Amino acid sequence: MVDTRVTLSGWTLDNPIIPASGTFGYGYEYAELYDINILGSFSFKGTTLEPRFGNPTPRIAETPNGMINSVGLQNPGIDAVISEELPKLRKCFNKKVVANIGGFAVEEFVKIVEKLDKEDIVGLHEVNISCPNLHKGGKNFGTDADAAYEVTKAVKKVATKPVYIKLTPNVTDIASIAKAVEEAGADGISLINTLLGMRINKRTRKPVIANKMGGFSGSAIFLVALRCVYQVYEAVNIPIIGMGGVSSAEDVIEMMMAGATAVEVGAYNLVNPYGSKEIVEDLPRVMEKYRIEQLSDIIGGAH
Amino acid sequence: MKQSIFTIDYNIALTSDVYKMRLIGDTSDIKRPGEFVNIKLDGFYLRRPISVFDCDEEAVTIIYKVVGEGTEYMKTLEYGAQLDVLTGLGNGYDVDKCGDKVLLIGGGVGVPPMYYLAKKLLEAGKTVSMIMGFNKKEEIFAKEDFEALGVPTYVTTVDGSEGIKGFVTNAMDMVEYDCVCTCGPEPMLRAVYDASKTTGYYSFEERMGCGFGACMGCSCKTKYGNKRICKDGPVLVKEEIIW
Ligand SMILES: Cc1cc2nc3c(=O)[nH]c(=O)nc-3n(C[C@H](O)[C@H](O)[C@H](O)COP(=O)(O)OP(=O)(O)OC[C@H]3O[C@@H](n4cnc5c(N)ncnc54)[C@H](O)[C@@H]3O)c2cc1C
Ligand SMILES: Cc1cc2nc3c(=O)[nH]c(=O)nc-3n(C[C@H](O)[C@H](O)[C@H](O)COP(=O)(O)O)c2cc1C
Ligand code: FES
Repeated sequence: MVDTRVTLSGWTLDNPIIPASGTFGYGYEYAELYDINILGSFSFKGTTLEPRFGNPTPRIAETPNGMINSVGLQNPGIDAVISEELPKLRKCFNKKVVANIGGFAVEEFVKIVEKLDKEDIVGLHEVNISCPNLHKGGKNFGTDADAAYEVTKAVKKVATKPVYIKLTPNVTDIASIAKAVEEAGADGISLINTLLGMRINKRTRKPVIANKMGGFSGSAIFLVALRCVYQVYEAVNIPIIGMGGVSSAEDVIEMMMAGATAVEVGAYNLVNPYGSKEIVEDLPRVMEKYRIEQLSDIIGGAH
Repeated sequence: MKQSIFTIDYNIALTSDVYKMRLIGDTSDIKRPGEFVNIKLDGFYLRRPISVFDCDEEAVTIIYKVVGEGTEYMKTLEYGAQLDVLTGLGNGYDVDKCGDKVLLIGGGVGVPPMYYLAKKLLEAGKTVSMIMGFNKKEEIFAKEDFEALGVPTYVTTVDGSEGIKGFVTNAMDMVEYDCVCTCGPEPMLRAVYDASKTTGYYSFEERMGCGFGACMGCSCKTKYGNKRICKDGPVLVKEEIIW
């Protein structure tokens, strides 16, 4: 028998598989398809203070091995998430969840974390800082080490649960941002968010996505994600949740060897709704293939 | 929703760029007309959403137009080829709510879902008429299928090469109805919306990520709140539509 358990800041998961934010809603859509309790956990849709409709459509484009999304953090807002979505989720999920949070100002992140911190179902906060900072002329929090530091510090002050900061790969030196959030007290790091990309419709000569550009993800970005996780593992001493293009148990093993303690699966759920389930079920077989008894032994094994 | 493997029974050209494909497999999750299936194609990341044209216990039939790389590949598939298909997607037409004298209006590849709907409406004992709109004579397909059901069928062509010249709305006054069910390009839906005097059900399209409600890729605003075309739609009731 292999042991697939991993531990994130004191929270032990049955296995490291966590469907990624934005690809798993608030869970119950998938609970109609399979028992989502077989997952390690899952990260819910990025939640903001106010309800958001998000960006205009079309929001979706495609490449042979990936996709672009420009959803723009559509969500019902924190109060509706707490009063409507989480109660629905509790009916089909008896584990703790990763609470993904989005915001456009430091105070917004703080207010959401304060509210979610009281919810028993929240295992850890995953703070998505790949959003424009409205107080700094729209400059992305996640591309500026000082802003990333400031958000982390502020959120840590009000959180009793672990705070993981989710980094964007759209920077020159991801390790320096990782170091900044570690210094500010982050309990862990999630990465990577989507890469900025675009597509053009050659017939109309116009961008396919209404917002012109969007977040590129899916199996095509796996190698970039792996590199980022590897670099961040070298730079910090806090646990990493690795993601980006993961589509198989083989990818999970590789991501963990690069330095991830747990692994999120994003776009793959959209093309294969049973994708995360299949990865969980295939993991023991792949562990045996590489003679791994204790999955946590391989974390950072490539360093 | 159900994921299963379907086997191609036939995949034939109806016009120069419109194809009809019959897929044998588990159709138990296809419940209402107006639903769609989402097809995985080798070499393409996202699935392709296509409406149900017809369905029985054995197979589902679709009609699709070649418009891009995915459908270009689809037309090359042959008898016996296997496809990974998600079925039972979308909120289709509710036959019970559709009134007694139902006018169906389809434009181009908006015609296909009207066929399964016509069958279900007839089974429920309702009166059905059909208007189908095309650009020109060479593009017309599925007319004989509606006629075989005994449905009075009016064809409009923009260039007048067959049937009534002009748009589908030019034929609407010829029919008596208490409800409109329609599918087609958005400008046509809008024209039908403006021309119809009754309630109705309108089927919309949007680029999709998942097709089953998980990604928020296909959202639209309605008078009843934000909706996902793939899950809360594709069929919306006239009264909730915001153009
Ligand atoms: C609910 C629904 C039902 C549909 N029913 C039918 C049908 O019965 N018959 C038919 O011919 N077509 C139908 N369509 C449109 C069909 O999905 C597209 O024509 C098809 O996906 C184009 O694929 P492609 O690879 O050839 O085009 P490409 O342009 O190469 O595709 C690129 C991407 O854009 C998406 N896309 C392109 N055009 C559309 C479109 N109009 N709507 C949604 N996504 C699009 C593709 O799915 C793909 O992800 C339907 C669409 C929806 C949303
Ligand atoms: C449709 C879609 C919506 C997403 N929404 C969010 C979000 O709300 N918050 C967030 O932190 N990341 C969001 N992401 C990013 C993913 O969580 C993940 O970081 C990224 O897609 C890389 O993983 P993947 O290649 O496995 O998809 C979204 C991704 C997709 C495809
Ligand atoms: S396409 Fe994913 S929610 Fe509609």
